[in-house]
This record gives sequence, structure tokens and C-alpha cells, in this order.
Amino acid sequence: MSWLSLLILIPLATALGVVVTPESKWYARRWIALWGTGIVLALSFVMSATYMQAVQQRAGDASLLTVSKMEFEHAVPWFSSMGIEYHVGVDGISMAMIVLTAIIIFTGVLASWDVKERSREFFAFLLVLVTGVFGVFISVDLFLFFVFYEVAVLPMYLLIGVWGTGRKEYSAMKLTLMLMVGSAFVLVGLLALYHAAGAATFDLNKLAMVDYSADLQSWVFPCVFVGFGVLGALFPFHTWSPDGHASAPTAVSMLHAGVLMKLGGYGVLRVAVYLMPEGAKQWALFFLVLTTINIVYGAYAAIKQTDLKYFTAYSSVSHCGFVLFGLCSLNLMGFKGAVIQMFSHGIMTGLFFGLIGMVYGRSKTRDLTKMGGLSRRMPWLATSFYIGGLASLGLPGLSGFVAESTVFLGGFFGNRWVDSSTMRVCTLLATSSIVVTAVYVLRGLARVFQGKISNPQFNQLDDATVAEKLCTGILVATLAIVGMYPPVLIDLIEHAIVPIVNRF
Amino acid sequence: MTGFIFENAWLIPAMPLIAILLIAVLARGENRGLAGMIGSAAIGVAFLMTCWLGVSYLRLADQGAAAVTWSIEWLRYQDHLVVSLGTLIDPISLLLLVVVTSVSLLVHVYSLGYMAGDEGFSRYYVFLSLFTFSMLGLVLAPNLVQMYVFWELVGVSSFLLIGFYYTLPEAIAASKKAFIVTRFADLFFLAGILVLGFYVHQLVVAGGSAASVVGAATTQTQALDFATINADSVLLALKGQTGIFGTDLLTVAMLLVFVGAAGKSAMFPLHVWLPDAMAGPTPVSALIHAATMVVAGVYLVARMFPGFAASEDALRVVAAVGSFTCLFAAVIACTQTDIKRVLAFSTLSQIGYMMLALGVASAEHPAGFGASMFHLYTHAFFKALLFLGAGSVIHAVGSNEVTEMGGLRKKMPWTHATFLTATLAIAGVPPLAGFFSKDEILGAAWDGHHALIFGVGVFVASLTAFYMFRLYILTFLGGCRSAEAERAHESPPVMTIPLVVLGVMSLCGGWIGVSHFVLPGVELHAHLAVMGISVAAAAVGIGAAFWMYGGQTNRAETIARSLGGVYRLVKHKFYIDEIYLFLTHMIFRFIAAPAAWFDRHVVDGAMNLSAAVVHRFAAGMNVFQTGQVQTYGIWMINGTILVMVFLWLVQR
Repeated sequence: MSWLSLLILIPLATALGVVVTPESKWYARRWIALWGTGIVLALSFVMSATYMQAVQQRAGDASLLTVSKMEFEHAVPWFSSMGIEYHVGVDGISMAMIVLTAIIIFTGVLASWDVKERSREFFAFLLVLVTGVFGVFISVDLFLFFVFYEVAVLPMYLLIGVWGTGRKEYSAMKLTLMLMVGSAFVLVGLLALYHAAGAATFDLNKLAMVDYSADLQSWVFPCVFVGFGVLGALFPFHTWSPDGHASAPTAVSMLHAGVLMKLGGYGVLRVAVYLMPEGAKQWALFFLVLTTINIVYGAYAAIKQTDLKYFTAYSSVSHCGFVLFGLCSLNLMGFKGAVIQMFSHGIMTGLFFGLIGMVYGRSKTRDLTKMGGLSRRMPWLATSFYIGGLASLGLPGLSGFVAESTVFLGGFFGNRWVDSSTMRVCTLLATSSIVVTAVYVLRGLARVFQGKISNPQFNQLDDATVAEKLCTGILVATLAIVGMYPPVLIDLIEHAIVPIVNRF
Repeated sequence: MTGFIFENAWLIPAMPLIAILLIAVLARGENRGLAGMIGSAAIGVAFLMTCWLGVSYLRLADQGAAAVTWSIEWLRYQDHLVVSLGTLIDPISLLLLVVVTSVSLLVHVYSLGYMAGDEGFSRYYVFLSLFTFSMLGLVLAPNLVQMYVFWELVGVSSFLLIGFYYTLPEAIAASKKAFIVTRFADLFFLAGILVLGFYVHQLVVAGGSAASVVGAATTQTQALDFATINADSVLLALKGQTGIFGTDLLTVAMLLVFVGAAGKSAMFPLHVWLPDAMAGPTPVSALIHAATMVVAGVYLVARMFPGFAASEDALRVVAAVGSFTCLFAAVIACTQTDIKRVLAFSTLSQIGYMMLALGVASAEHPAGFGASMFHLYTHAFFKALLFLGAGSVIHAVGSNEVTEMGGLRKKMPWTHATFLTATLAIAGVPPLAGFFSKDEILGAAWDGHHALIFGVGVFVASLTAFYMFRLYILTFLGGCRSAEAERAHESPPVMTIPLVVLGVMSLCGGWIGVSHFVLPGVELHAHLAVMGISVAAAAVGIGAAFWMYGGQTNRAETIARSLGGVYRLVKHKFYIDEIYLFLTHMIFRFIAAPAAWFDRHVVDGAMNLSAAVVHRFAAGMNVFQTGQVQTYGIWMINGTILVMVFLWLVQR
């Protein structure tokens, strides 16, 4: 029994607790959910600290590694005939993702404080979903990884289809189908690697020691990249995201944009880039161009949106592009920036969707053209929104800058396998998105919060409740802490990135 | 450099940061009056610490010494690209520290009166402290990334303060415009950082090997430190290289950085945000949009001066842009009637002077460098005074338009006296501050044999005297032109005392040898001829102003009418805003809107189309799904036979 298993057992147990709570005590469910996720959050911090100690004790050797060093490892045979194990372990990258997930689910529960309709099923599905996400991040065995991946994607369908708004059935169906097609690609890739390695193991690090032929890598790499890329909103497979986010209930949008989309980038790094460096070298240029389109095109598309959720969804398409862009740089700064961006964007977009839910709950509209002057009525929410917006346009002092500047440097420095002028042109194009981002963020925020109160009914609205203040406060503080003192995140992830870079 | 204050110079920017936290905690609701006290006290302490630092520095044996006295690791990109936050102490950072803390202190005190009773009093002081913190961080930056970090932070505090009156549409529009225009410029700055980061890093890494260009590069050598970038060996190595499209790498990098500087310092054609920024509270205009933030661009060029000087082309561009803006803005200033806008264009023009001075300097003849810093320093005081005086007038009259002022000389004696002092100072009348610094700039241009630039400088000196006296006469002399002006009275002492302090600085500030402090050991000499020319230019300008606006004549209107189209062109600021508006509109219409449409209809359409195809296919497959076990059985048997036949064939 490892500590890591607690990360999936606690949410599951909490889900069970929510289910058995009688209907007459519906308000107890949110407290159970809050306690359960609170314990997970505390656990994730303790584990990060322990991980950091372990890393410091073996400081120095990491620079020579070409295989990721896992901590808290634990393996139990599962289907021994096929070499499948329940094998869990974490390195700095997964640790950072676990902390991110724990923060988002905790604040997500706070943002769902007032869900009364079928709250039993709502919280239960939410917790099952997060179990799947934790499962993905702790898996070392790729079969286990894939199982958890599916566990994470499926509850989403129900959560959007039942608790969503607008064209929820259409959006839920679209999202699920597109993600399923993506996982089919991933599965094909995983099976190809499994067979090429002798069909004896799904263990990530054992697979990493196999020398795959360049031919194999040249078709498996794009398969896996696109498969995960669908989830990471890779152009042109991103269109599930605006519809899906617009229809999803608040906490689901938070988890989905905040964490689930990060599974895409995580999968690309862990499976595609790590296992298939040769494939990555061959395909880097192709995907670099696609992700550049992601970044620039998402930002321009965001300018014209009038629904706050579509607005944020397109902004996410642009920002998630930075993750995949960084991964295509194939160097230390690119990978590092990608991981920081995963964390930063997760928190930032969780904050956005949480705030949109809160504002929408009050004003009953998400239409930018109908809003105005809200900061007078809700200063707390307005301030949080502004801080989130400034983080998204890459203001130094907030986490977005740390991530983006690292990605830009990574792209500009380039690598030996892609023509440096092309890399630089792409990087500069990606960099130009900081201006476009400033345009749409400032326009959007000014519309909603500044000016005169546009609708007399808005005069009755209140500012955030205690639960909402706690929710937004935690997220804003995280953005600021990482932004003001980046070593808290960089020290955590750097040692885990070095072995991946060393393989190139 | 040893001593408590050197090693703890971070305490200076920390003061306003502490003020923000204290205000956030203590000055809420009923207690919001505390905000002003806390903010002013904190910046007062920062000012005293700066004085202590300055005195300690002057006692050093080695004048002109530069050292990073404190630093912590902040952002680790990779080896030799580790960014630290630190404090770089050298003459120019010290000079800027003095300017920023002193003007900021006076503006904090002045605002106690000016902003009294405002609903957003606490918010105002939080933003003001945030700005001061960021500006101090910028000034002390020992590397390019820290510079960029605080560069963006001053930008955002400027944005917040311009949009302080957030219900006014023009304030909202102006704040967005300021942020986006400077952001656009910062994009180039960032690109410059990427270019320098890459190539200097390459040199530093090579420094470890035998073919070292950077003597003795250690693991401590960081590519983005100013000390590394400004090193002669690095600049020499960069100068030889060619960058993209066969251009001179160093020139490209420096020009990219200069675009950033030009954005922040509102140089033509990126100046459009500054006049609109006057929508913010007037003390903010004094601090941010006159004395400190807008000179950050000049400071950046000065900070990286060795690079500009090594690439002579980049320096030529600085000189050209500076001289053009200097002239262009001064011409516009002659036609504006909004008191703050006249001052805004005057600020553009004076910053143009500073850039021009840097542009005519060189490594061998650095006089222009000293003159630029000198002018930055004197300008901060007299321009802050002009804005605060304007604020006092606006406070009393309730309008920005000079057409509704007039005759305020007797009604507001302190404001009048100090405003006149500043007007004389900016016009370059001896022995006030502006005379000395402007004279040094003209002298540097003269010595460098830049005849055209010298001519522009003299002409603008004359124009400056003209439009400033025009403003002075319209505001303070003659009869009152509105009922509000009739009823105007002097502002409270909390506002007039800062005016007097700045008045004293505008009067005597030029007597301090700033150039000698900035350029120790460099021979600087005065030019009697240049002095004569500059005084004559000022006299012509002042005379013209009195001739046109002094009496009850309509000479001004007659001249304006006789100029016709030219006058309208200038009055509308050469229609540059309209051009930008058109371009932005084009981007929205032809890039953003199509992108959004394309996504909804083409990309998403393709996804939906493939879904529809699959759906059709599935519907077709329904034929086989009869639900009859017998049918399934037949298919199964047929299938098994097929597979067996296939296997049998393969076996053979």
C-alpha cells in the first residue's frame, strides 16, 4: 500500500459517503465533499514536500539520468500474463499536476456549494471524475494510465448532459465522441509500443529502455500526439472545447479546463515525447506549426466572442497552445515552460470558470453586450476577475509570465532538428499573441465590470459569499505565489524534466 | 560598496509594498482616510532611505562605481540564464531613485487634498503605492528580465490609474489604449530580450572554452545581466554577427529594445496613448505621465547605452526619433486648449529632447548622455510642478479648458507663483533648472557637429517658450472667462506646500552638477555661444506668446485662420489617432471576425460533417442489426468459414 493509492481511495470513499447520505440531509454532502477534497489537498502538499526532500538527497545524479526517477513507487501484478501491473509512482511533473488537481477540486466543491438539484449524483460523479484524474497522474503502468484516463472522461458526459445549460446534450455528445476518437488513437499507439517492446510489459520506464525503430516512431508518435492533442485542444481538434465548456456546470468547467485539458499535454510529454524521441524530432516542425496556429488563432477568435464562456474557452485554446508549443521545442526550457503553463493555466482557467459561474448565478446572463458596471456591486469578484485576466495576458508577478517567458525562450533557442529560422518565426508569431490577449482581456473585463450599471436589476446584486471568497481567494493566491516566487514550482518539476531532455 | 543601506537597498521598494498590504488590511470602509497617511508615510521612509543611500554613495572613494549589492535567485530558465531579483547601484539608478521617491512623496501628500472625499480613496493609494513599488524595482534592475518585469508592472499600474474613474467611458477607453499601445511596443522589447538572450548566452557558453570571447565566464555569468550585455567583449563579438535577413545582429537587437523604450516613453509614432492618459486623476499625470514612468524609456536606453553606442545605426535612430518627436509634439502643443493636453504634448517634446541627447552621445564624447540624465532630472521637477499646478487650477475651476479660465493670478497666488516658476524653468530662462539641462543638450549636439539636430533643438526651445507662455497667459492673466473662474480660490496648504517644494527644485535644481555625478572624470565645458542662442530662442518664444495672447487682440485667431488647413491638421494632432482607429478596425474586421467565423463554420463544420457521415454509415449498418438470433447465427457461421478458408490459404 502506497501513499499514492490514497489519492484515489479518498475521493472514491468520499463519493461513497456522498451517495449514502440520506436525501433529507443534502447539505451534509457538500461538507463531506469538502472534507474529502480538503484531506486530499493537504496530502498533496505533504507529498510534494516529501518528494522535494527525496530529490535533494540525490541531487546531482538526476542530471545524468535518461529514465524518469519515480518516488513512492508501488507495484502489484494485475494481469500477469500480459505484464499488466497496478504500478504507481510520481515524479515532479506528476506531483505538480496532482497539486493542481487537488486545488481545483477543492475550490470546485466550494464553487458548487449551492448545487441542490440531484446533489447526490452531482458530487458523486465529480468525485469519480477526479479519481480518474488522480489515477492518470500516478500511473506508471500505461495500461492503468489508459483505464484511469477513460474513467476521467466518461463522467463528464453525464455531468454536462444532466447538469449543464444550453445545448447540453449536443455538447456532451460532441465532447465525448471527440475525446473517444482521441483515445482510440492513443490506444493504437500504446498497443504498438507494447508489441514492439516484446508484449511483456506496459511499464513506462521499461518501455523507455527499449530502442524503437525510427519507422515505428514515425507513425506512432503522431498517432499518440494527436490522440492526446484532442484533449489538449490541438488545432483543428479543439472545437469540442467551446461548446463543452459553455454547456458544462461551473465545477465541471473548472475541472475540465483546469485539469482534464492538462491530461493532453501530460500525455504528450509522458508517452509521446518521452518514449519516442526520434518520432518527436521528425514531427516537431509539423506540430509546432499547428500549435502556433492554436495560439494565434485562438486569441483572435476570442476577440469576437460575446458569451463569457465562449470567450474563456477560446482563450483556453490559445493558452493550451503554449503547452503543446513548449513540448515541440524539444529543449529544457520548452518542456519546463510547458509544465509551468499546464499548472498556471489550470489555476487561471479554473478561476475564470468559477468566477463566470458566480457572476452568471447573479446576473443571469453571460452575454457581454448586456453586462456593465458590475464592479460597483461586486468588488471582490471584479478584483479576482481582473487578477485572473492580468495573469492570462502574462503580467509578471503572476504565474502566466513565468510560463510564457520560459516557453518563448525555449522556442527561440530551438533545437538541432528543426530549422532555426522557422522556429524563430513561429516563436515570434506566438509571442505576438500577448498583444491580442491584452486586447480581448481588457475589452471583456471593461465590458462586464466598468462603466455604468447597464441594467437596473443589477443594482440588487450582492458580492461573493464566504464560500466563493475562499474559492477565488485560494486560486488568486496560487497565481500570485507562483508568479512572485517561481522557484516553488520550478524546483519541484526541474529534476523530473532533465531525464526527458537527456534523451534527445 | 559595503554598508547596511547598500546591502539592504531592497528596503526602498519594499516600503510601498508594505504600504499596499497595510492599506488593504487597515484602511477599509470608514477608515479609508488612513490610506493616504499610510501611503505617504511609507514613501517618506523610502525617500529618507534613498537620501541615506545617496550620501553613503557620495562618500565612496570610487565615484561612478556600479555594483549589484543584493540579489536573490528568482527565475531559473537554464544555466547562464538564471534571473535574479537584485539592486544595481550606480549613478543613474541613484539619480532615478532620488527623482522617483521625491516626486512620489510630494504627489502622495498633494493627493491627500486633491483626492479627499473620493469614494475610491483607498483604491487610489493602493494603485499609487503599487506604481511606486514597480518604478523603484525598475530603476534598480540589474538585468533585462527584472527590467521587463517591473516595466510591465508600471504599465499595469498606469492602466489602473488612468482608468481610476471607471464609470467614465473616456477613462476606460484611455486606459485600454495606454495598455495596448505600450504592450504592442513591449512585444518588440520581449523579442529583443529573446534575441539578446540567445546570442549572448551562446557567447557566455563559449566563454568556458579556449576560444573565449567573454573573458573568464563562470557559472555565475548570466547572459541577461546588464553587466554581461554591456561588456565590451560581448558587444564586439555581437557586432560582427549577422542576424535574420543578413542584418547586423547588434543593431537589430538594440532597435527591438528601443521600440519598447519608445512605447513607454511615448515617442512618435507610439505617442498616441499619452495625451489620452490625461483622463486619469491629475496627480497621477504628474507622477506617472510626466516625471517618472514615461522617462523609463530614456532610462532603458541609458542603461543599455554601450550597446546602442557600439551599434552606431541604432543610436542614429534614437537621435532621429527623439528629434522628430521633440518637434512634432511641440507643434501640436501650440494649438491645444485642454491644459493637461498641452502639458502632455510638452512632456512628449521634452522626452524627445532626452532621447535626442542620448542619440548625439557616443562612447568617446559622452556629454549628451550626462545632459540627457540631467534633463530627465530637472524635467521631473518642473513638469510635475506644472501638472500639480494644473491640478490645483482644475480643482478650483472644475474644467480642463483654458477657454474657461483666465485671471487666476490674484485668486490663486501660490499656484500662480509656482506655475510661473515652472514655466520659466521649462522655457529655459536662466538661472532656472531647465536652462542648464537644455543648454547642455544643445551643447552636446553642437560639439557632435549634428547641425540639423542642433537646429531642431533651438527651434523647439523657442516653441516651448511660446506654448508654455501661451498656456500661462490664458490661464492666469487677463480677465476671468467663466463663472467658475470668478469663484475660484486657492487650494489648501496640503496641496500648495508640495507646489512650493517643487518650485524651489525648479528654481535651484539646475545648480547641481548632475552631469558630473553621472559622468565622473569626464571633461565637460560650457558654451557661451550656445547659451546665448538658447536664451535668445526662449526670448523670441516668450515675446511671441505675449504679442499674440497678451492683450485683448485677436491676433491668434487671425493667424490660425490664415494658416487654414495646416492649422486644422495640427489641431487634430495630424489625424494619427484616426489612422490607428482605422487600422484597429481593419484588424477586427478582417482578422478577428473571420477567425471566429471560420472556427464555427469551417473547422467545427468539418467535425460535424464527419459525425454526420459516421451517423449515416451507422444507419446503413442497421440492416444487419435485425435482432433475430437466426440471422446472427448465419453471419457467424459464414464468418467462421471465411476465416478458416483464409487461414488455410495463408498456410499454403
